[in-house]
Amino acid sequence: MNSDEHTKQASDVSQIDNQKNYWKANLKLLAKLLVVWFTVSFGCGIILADWLDQFSVFGFKLGFWFAQQGAIYVFVALIFVYARQMKLLDRQFGVGDENDADQESQS
Amino acid sequence: MSTQMLTYLFVGLSFALYVGIAIWSRASSTKDFYVAGGGVHPLVNGMATAADWMSAASFISMAGIISFIGRDGSVYLLGWTGGYVLLALLLAPYLRKFGRFTVPDFIGERYYSQTARIVAVICLIFVSFTYVAGQMRGVGIVFSRFLEVEVSTGVIIGMAVVFMYSVLGGMKGITYTQVAQYCVLIFAYMVPAIFISIMITDNPIPQLGFGSEVNDGSGLSVLQKLDGVLLDLGFSAYTEGSKSTIDVFAITAALMFGTAGLPHVLVRFFTVPKVSDARLSAGYALAFIAILYTTAPAVASFARLNLVDTVHNTAYADAPEWFGNWESTGLIAWQDKNNDGIMQYGAGAALSPIKPSFDGNTGVHGERLLSNQPTESTNEVYIDRDIMVLANPEIAGLPGWVIALVAAGGVAAALSTAAGLLLVISSAISHDLLKKTLLPKITEKQELLYARMAAAVAVCIAGLFGIYPPAFVAQVVAFAFGLAAASLFPALLLGIFSKRANKEGAIAGMLVGLVFTFTYIAYFKFVAPELNNTEHWLWGISPEGIGTIGMLLNFAIAISVSRVTAKPPQSVEELVDNIRIPSGAKAATEH
Repeated sequence: MNSDEHTKQASDVSQIDNQKNYWKANLKLLAKLLVVWFTVSFGCGIILADWLDQFSVFGFKLGFWFAQQGAIYVFVALIFVYARQMKLLDRQFGVGDENDADQESQS
Repeated sequence: MSTQMLTYLFVGLSFALYVGIAIWSRASSTKDFYVAGGGVHPLVNGMATAADWMSAASFISMAGIISFIGRDGSVYLLGWTGGYVLLALLLAPYLRKFGRFTVPDFIGERYYSQTARIVAVICLIFVSFTYVAGQMRGVGIVFSRFLEVEVSTGVIIGMAVVFMYSVLGGMKGITYTQVAQYCVLIFAYMVPAIFISIMITDNPIPQLGFGSEVNDGSGLSVLQKLDGVLLDLGFSAYTEGSKSTIDVFAITAALMFGTAGLPHVLVRFFTVPKVSDARLSAGYALAFIAILYTTAPAVASFARLNLVDTVHNTAYADAPEWFGNWESTGLIAWQDKNNDGIMQYGAGAALSPIKPSFDGNTGVHGERLLSNQPTESTNEVYIDRDIMVLANPEIAGLPGWVIALVAAGGVAAALSTAAGLLLVISSAISHDLLKKTLLPKITEKQELLYARMAAAVAVCIAGLFGIYPPAFVAQVVAFAFGLAAASLFPALLLGIFSKRANKEGAIAGMLVGLVFTFTYIAYFKFVAPELNNTEHWLWGISPEGIGTIGMLLNFAIAISVSRVTAKPPQSVEELVDNIRIPSGAKAATEH
């Protein structure tokens, strides 16, 4: 921990930049995923639903399917994609929590 | 063995399991009691969250509601699952990193204010108590029908079981019982759904059967047939909505943002070891929830089809046994308006007043006679929507053990949610109100004792609500979401994503959101129920959806008040910087 602390102080400025960039990348990812979230639920399931109903999938009117089935599947996928992408971001910016278990045993 | 014996056996065995787990997982510290020691595996937490989340409303009522309102029922399906995306992406990981015990804890620290903490406690208690009352009613319904005991006896047994594991085990006991309860409830939900899907469409997967052809040789799909049958009876088509788009939009949004702001769900994510676990755990939770939520609309359509088939144009004398069984619970009733001895089912209310009241006599066909006035409508059958899931196995003629399983599942769903709610109420009182505000000098041991006492008191109050349900309870449960969306969600979101949000903004926002939403609901539901229609609603938004407007109001006020008042202190900016970075979560759990 002590040697870590030393390098930390030396690179304080770049550390702050790093955190800012991490946060920006995080917000960008959130924006993308929330656009999908909005599109499948409020978009396909509600606003566009009547128009989508003219198409048919698996025996459903498409708008109805999105509202009662499809959107839910997409929601599940979105969270797993988010968890995975964030793990990559954490690693890229070196802010991950992989080593936290070790810290615990040291303290 | 009779169905009743099987039901006693299944419910009894499941209770023994819950109590066994409670004794095995006793809490020995406040950290155990509030957050299960903080070391719960994300998959286990996901399963516990799913049980925590899926209440009597999801298990018993949801498919029934969808069954009767068809397409408009999408608001519940979308709202109660879509909220998890917001929870996972916007709140859970950051609150986990913050790493304390309760939701008001975060609001109190982030907005450096005891007032903000107390306002959050008030919002939390308000939301959680309206919700818990509904659970106890669910336990009562299941007991009164399946075990044929008084509703109050059922509630007391349920209270005793919840008392055992929440007072002894706290979050730790609740977590592991919820895992068991998830297994019981999902099995109990899926077995009849699969049977019925096979019966109607030959497809064993309900989600696919939902879109398949009916196996009666007509070549129509389930939904086409249902649309046709309902139109013939004078209902509107199942796949067409009757609510306005703006109202559907607002209700869905209120349910979604409310879900993300529900304290008993949020606090579950405090129990996993790391930030990355919190994200993953939310994914598992929604996956477990989605199994039930994608099955429910299928069950809804099958059940409606089955019901019409079985009841409409059937002579009462030939009616299946379940009809008589459920008549005695008051969830179904028949009034022979044209004296032909045959049940005619159709659109419109069958009775006036709507709910049946039996006068104690039986008619010539053996039906229970009603003191209600007949209505103009040709419809002779009253059906409560809560019956659809509970009676579904009987309507479909499934064996006794499936019926017993549904009873155990219904109780599991109600108890798991009740326990989760009671825990957040008791920790808000012992931790936020006592330890952090009124009695800061108490030791951890005393705090734990107070936590147990608060849990015990909360169980008793919830039980009283179950035995003597205030008339407004059933109506109010759905509004817990609107209140959560309008009060807690914006404060939590701004606390993480805006460094500029300060205590003045947060407090003003929460209060305005809560008061506005509460007033709107109370006005249309209790003060002037006769005005409760589209013409009088604000922008055509019903009381169910008004939480969305309350939330926008909260955001607008919180942001503008924060702008014109002092910036939060440096230490709070550092706190926000800290929760935005996943590393170091373990260290933060120690105060």
